[in-house]
Amino acid sequence: MATNEAAAIVPHEEPNPALLHHFVTEEQQKNAASLGMWLFLAQEVMFFGGMFCAYLVYRYKYFGDFGSASQTLNIWYGAINTAVLLCSSLTVVLAVRAAQLNKRKALTMWLVFTILLGLVFLGVKGIEYKEKFENHHVPGPSFAYHGTVPSHPDQQVNPRHAEIYFSLYFAMTGMHALHMIIGVGLFGTLAVWAWRGKYSANYYTPIENAGLYWHFVDIVWIYLFPLLYLIDRHR
Amino acid sequence: MTEHSNASQNTATPHEHISSIGSSVAIWIVLLICTALTAGVAFIDLGPLNTIVALTIATFKAILVVLFFMHVKYTHEKLTGLVIVSAIFFLFLLLTLSMADYTTRLWH
Amino acid sequence: MATAVPVDVTERETYLNSGYGIKSWLLTRDHKRIAILYLLSVTLFFFIGGFFALLIRLELLTPAGDLVQSDTYNKLFTMHGQVMVFFFLIPAVPAVLGNFLIPIMIGARDLAFPRINLLSWYLYIAGGLLMVYTILAGGVDTGWTFYTPLSTEFLKTDVITAAIAIFIAGFSSILTGLNFIVTIHRMRAPGMTWDRLPLFVWSHYATSIIQVLGTPVVAITLVLVALERLLHLGIFNPALGGDPLLFQHLFWFYSHPAVYIMILPGMGIVSEIVCCFSRKRIFGYKAMALAVLAIAVLGFLVWAHHMFVAGISVYSALVFSLLSYFVAVPSAVKVFNWTSTMYKGSITYQTPMLYAFGFIGLFTIGGLTGLFLACLGIDVHVTDTYFVVAHFHYVMVGGMVLAYLAGLHFWWPKITGRMYPEGWGKLAALIVFIGFNLTFFPQFILGYMGMPRRYHAYPAEFQVLNVLSTAGATILAVGYLLPMVYFVWSIRYGKPAPANPWNAAGLEWQVPSPPPTSNFEEQPIVTWEAYNYEELGEIPDQQEVPVGH
Repeated sequence: MATNEAAAIVPHEEPNPALLHHFVTEEQQKNAASLGMWLFLAQEVMFFGGMFCAYLVYRYKYFGDFGSASQTLNIWYGAINTAVLLCSSLTVVLAVRAAQLNKRKALTMWLVFTILLGLVFLGVKGIEYKEKFENHHVPGPSFAYHGTVPSHPDQQVNPRHAEIYFSLYFAMTGMHALHMIIGVGLFGTLAVWAWRGKYSANYYTPIENAGLYWHFVDIVWIYLFPLLYLIDRHR
Repeated sequence: MTEHSNASQNTATPHEHISSIGSSVAIWIVLLICTALTAGVAFIDLGPLNTIVALTIATFKAILVVLFFMHVKYTHEKLTGLVIVSAIFFLFLLLTLSMADYTTRLWH
Repeated sequence: MATAVPVDVTERETYLNSGYGIKSWLLTRDHKRIAILYLLSVTLFFFIGGFFALLIRLELLTPAGDLVQSDTYNKLFTMHGQVMVFFFLIPAVPAVLGNFLIPIMIGARDLAFPRINLLSWYLYIAGGLLMVYTILAGGVDTGWTFYTPLSTEFLKTDVITAAIAIFIAGFSSILTGLNFIVTIHRMRAPGMTWDRLPLFVWSHYATSIIQVLGTPVVAITLVLVALERLLHLGIFNPALGGDPLLFQHLFWFYSHPAVYIMILPGMGIVSEIVCCFSRKRIFGYKAMALAVLAIAVLGFLVWAHHMFVAGISVYSALVFSLLSYFVAVPSAVKVFNWTSTMYKGSITYQTPMLYAFGFIGLFTIGGLTGLFLACLGIDVHVTDTYFVVAHFHYVMVGGMVLAYLAGLHFWWPKITGRMYPEGWGKLAALIVFIGFNLTFFPQFILGYMGMPRRYHAYPAEFQVLNVLSTAGATILAVGYLLPMVYFVWSIRYGKPAPANPWNAAGLEWQVPSPPPTSNFEEQPIVTWEAYNYEELGEIPDQQEVPVGH
């Protein structure tokens, strides 16, 4: 660890051990990794995009039913989780900064904080899912829904349409949670390696790319929160 | 591993942007305020405006995260922007051309 | 460098002799070895898919259902489609030839992410094994398109494993595309500017865009199909308030551009070959490069022409019909420019060029009949008939498979260091061309007469044309097996290939055949334009090439 940190201070005439054989310069390697990560995120946009498309279509078709079903969600869970994720995004930014400044302990600490915040998010999500189970709002044989369209209190909601809302709710938040779990696992590995001194100002690409991934997952939630929890409450 | 690498072409890593704690925390606070704002507005009945306000705030937050937390504002790499714009563009195609069918159907 | 220092092939270090044993292959990160792994595996899946095609054609020899009944027949055409589309047509050219050639063509030592490249192959194999399991467990009968609610509600077969197999193979495809884009952006040698890139690289760049941005949509759609089947959700089930057309929108958003994943790399191959065997610079380089990008982007705007009779809105059908015509423009630019490149060229008729001729003609027929189908009125008449089957086989087999064979022959000396037997090559090219047309041209007529696809039995009046088609398929099978035999033969007995047997332009011909593991001894610096054939002279007569120098 000590040698690694020393190497960062001395201008390195020797080739960086992290430079892979098929790259000519470190800059080339770093730019390749960064572009690769951004392309991966572009892929992720389209991956979630399929579900956003389904949401948009059914929200258009079953507007009132979606509004009613949306009201059953607890805004506070959603808002708290948004805040938790935003905090974790900040800790990721600080982790990258610590890596850039060669601060091994700070880097590890911020990564651990990120993991903890990720777990808090997943915990809150778990509580929400549990409530859905108790209220029979999980799509499937036991699904039951009674409610009226918000703007037309005399109009009953078609439970099948509400079930589609909850199918999409579980698909979207479930896929998001799966990404969170992968992210937590990723940061767990990185935290161990960071503690062992694998990263320095010379080489912190994995931290940076994992950070980009985490911010992306945050952005997905930034959209899921209003779409699922907020926008149909009055109509 | 490095036997092929041409040491003479090794240049030091270019100056990466190191975000200051102050500006990061400032962005973070703005994001939290936006979250509180969007949650609060949801309780007020603005008619169709509820949707617009919620999505505008979400987009504003997303832009902040992309520009500042993901360092896109400071990158010298034009390609990053191109990748982001392409992804959004193709998502836009998927959503609009699908909705073009649903919104113009003569049957329901 | 074309006249490099003579080195004995048996002693020089190449990517083939740099390590022996199964581990040196299964754990390799060398793009050339991974390409060979892909070559073996896509060939396997090609013959699995071909086996189903053979059974289909055998059943259709007679009007009655005598070989198989409808249940089995449904499985046959489904497995044929899924294996061919997802495990042969989509990966074949990019993962074999693209993988092998792109780094060398741009003067790089490897792809940007060698480990991810190997991961792609393992994902492909994982998906492939799951597909094989699905086949052995009884197969699926959804049609390759997985249309809901048939696939989610009514069929008793293993739809979920088939969907997961394709999901996994999809991520293999995404990672290959991602790797190519980064490689082409970041790994080019000094002087290899964007306007000096071989069109083969350009077309793979366009293909990769589709792979990265299209494939995830079908991936999540198949996840939803699997979930819906497992948990009886209603997202795509009209009985539960869902919309089956939404499935079709999401499916075709990827699966129409997927056609361009198949054909664009083939166009790249043909551009290389047409220049080489006409000894001319490509006509309209910039237009050719722009055309592949235009096809890639426009390809995303046309998907609902698969749904004209499915009940989409007439207004959006009109728009999609118009947009579908637009794709014809860059496609026509490609065909015109290949033709113009050949004009007044000194053309020689080696095997790769014969396949390229076949490609240009058959792709044009496939493309033009696509315009019929983009036309709303005609589409209503021929939807789900053999006209559609013939159309897409002209593009996928007449286009993509012929281009793949053309490329395999063209670069076989580079890949293996051995020449294939030219006489046999020409014969096989002829057999493939005749067999292909005899198989699929009658299907245009059958379709126009109204024979629907996906039925195992048909009225007796259609029999003559069906017999012709089955006869053609038999000839085609011979045409496919022949190269298999002489390619394998040539590895042992073929003449050792010189570095540049065709006297072709391009960096890949400046390294020895087969290339060393690191591709280039020292980093090349490119100072010439692509396809500088006027500086290269004629193709040497193969008999007089000083073999092994």
